[in-house]
Amino acid sequence: MNLEVVIEGVGLWAAGLPGWEASRARISGEVAVDTAAATRPAPALLAPTERRRAPDSVLLALEVAQQATAMAGRDARDMPILFASAFGDLAISDYLCATLTGAPLQVSPTKFHNSVHNAPAGYWAIATGCMAGTTAMSAGEATFGAGLLEAALLAQSENVPVLFAVYDLAASGPLGDVIACRLPFAAAFVLAPGHERGGASLRLELRPGTAALAPAPSLLQAVYQENPAARCLPLLSALAEPAARTFELSAGPQLTLHTEVGLWLS
Amino acid sequence: MPARIQPLAITAYTATSAAGRGLEQHTAALHERRSGLIENNFPEHPLPCFIGRVAGLEDVELPEALHAYDARNNRLAWLGLNQDDFFARALALRERYGAGRVALVLGTSTSSIGETETAYRELDSAGHFPASQRRPAVHQPHSLGAFVQAALGLEGPCLTIATACSSSAKVFASAERLLRTGVADAAIVGGVDTLCGSVLFGFNSLALVSPQPCRPFDVERCGLSLGEAAGFGILERSAAQTADVDKSAPRLIGYGESSDAHHMSAPHPQGLGAQRALDDALARAGLGASDVDYINLHGTSTPQNDAVEAALVARAFPATTLASSTKGWTGHTLGAAGILEAVITLIALQRSFVPGTLNARTLDPVCGPQIILDNRERALRVALSNSFGFGGNNCCLAFARGDA
Repeated sequence: MNLEVVIEGVGLWAAGLPGWEASRARISGEVAVDTAAATRPAPALLAPTERRRAPDSVLLALEVAQQATAMAGRDARDMPILFASAFGDLAISDYLCATLTGAPLQVSPTKFHNSVHNAPAGYWAIATGCMAGTTAMSAGEATFGAGLLEAALLAQSENVPVLFAVYDLAASGPLGDVIACRLPFAAAFVLAPGHERGGASLRLELRPGTAALAPAPSLLQAVYQENPAARCLPLLSALAEPAARTFELSAGPQLTLHTEVGLWLS
Repeated sequence: MPARIQPLAITAYTATSAAGRGLEQHTAALHERRSGLIENNFPEHPLPCFIGRVAGLEDVELPEALHAYDARNNRLAWLGLNQDDFFARALALRERYGAGRVALVLGTSTSSIGETETAYRELDSAGHFPASQRRPAVHQPHSLGAFVQAALGLEGPCLTIATACSSSAKVFASAERLLRTGVADAAIVGGVDTLCGSVLFGFNSLALVSPQPCRPFDVERCGLSLGEAAGFGILERSAAQTADVDKSAPRLIGYGESSDAHHMSAPHPQGLGAQRALDDALARAGLGASDVDYINLHGTSTPQNDAVEAALVARAFPATTLASSTKGWTGHTLGAAGILEAVITLIALQRSFVPGTLNARTLDPVCGPQIILDNRERALRVALSNSFGFGGNNCCLAFARGDA
């Protein structure tokens, strides 16, 4: 079983990687990455007051989604979206669990409605006027691979471009005891069903068995190992270089996504 | 408009909620108009309200190999899997198609965040998780999908969809695409959500919790009653495509997914997102509104949701379509509402029975003639189930009765 789609746009935001175009040389390992450079992204879609109030999950997802949509030149209003995150907004989970132990009646209504896994998808729909289907999902350590598969089959089966974003934040509070993420990472891809515009072909084939973790740029090893969203780095590396590439991604504990990325054609 | 889809056979289905364990108990509770709602009796979550609590979860024990997943939500998943012979049917499905060819798509809103709440109540003096809670598998949203995948020994695509209260309706859409593209040969869909502090005090903070049992579409309704549930279904290519699938199995014939693009926790005032989901579901089914015999409504009993949904039903359907909310029996089971109410819709289709709207006494004048209070006996051919969630996330499912 093969799926074939075209990557028309890419978005990226992580510590030391503030945007796809600005980070291509860093992704391909030619320029050092300053992972201490983390600041909150400021997606232009949100008004300044909204940006100040928005949780980090929303800022990260909207920033990369906006970059990828702009690069693809697609109208966000018509694109179904899939936002994937292994852990959701860890700062809000930490806030809710801590508040519930001491003062449950003090739970903030805004934090509560921002706690749903589809909050970034909801903010994206509101900010862009997107009335297509929006989905939020997780699949543990395989969140990126399982999400890429789901997004590609949505694009192919419905014959529409799909916006796929993946993000995970640094853990907050006691949750850090069980979740190893120390750095945030987010990326987005516009996946189109065919070559009507420029882009790189993406061919996915499901194979049984556990995927071997593909190599990633050495300077990004820590975030690659710890943050499930950063498991897209082999795909970003392939897109950053002027050569076709083949590698394996994990789509589940016993499921491998054999991935072929073609040259970027304009 | 989306293209028509090939119907999929629903060859097994089950639900567990405050209204009962399995199909027979749900059918009896619906017939006898017996609500599962009780006064909140969680000592750790003191909030005066009514809840749809599944009795006996505290005594459910997971198999030893799955102890790392122990949490109220996964216990409810396990209890739900063991009703109506579902577990054995799922294993038979795995044998028939192969572990890698059966997809697993589950929906939940809160997954096992209740266990993370427990861990926070048990922090040691330095503010760290105790050893018994150092189980990463339960402190993340995919806890549900990973647990059921391990319990059933499945190796195909597996994801946990979390779009608030539409989560386990959207699993049907994802499964249909997995089967249509040939990524999988069969799919197990479902959803589980359990009561916890986050939802009780969270909905309370939004002033959406009723102090009395919920009364969907009643003119005096004043909020929802929260509940918990588990439900599962098996989707296979239909009898028309696969000779050995039972012709009497009900079918998934359509679905629609949409966004309101309006507000995080309030519905679009004209129900435009819900209308789009409905239109897409009917287009995929190749049907018009007049073909719909029954709609299981989202009907949460909040003032806004019910007003918008009732107005949509009144303008989009003829008087011959019947509609009701069954949340008076179960409470609003959030991320499990989609699958629970899909199963109730299948009960209605297969048993020629339309549940009314429990607890409501006087319908809001915005309601059209479609919304009924009392149960009816009527043969049904096509039925819909609506699910709407925070973030303006809508899903409408269309089902057809199996051939007699």
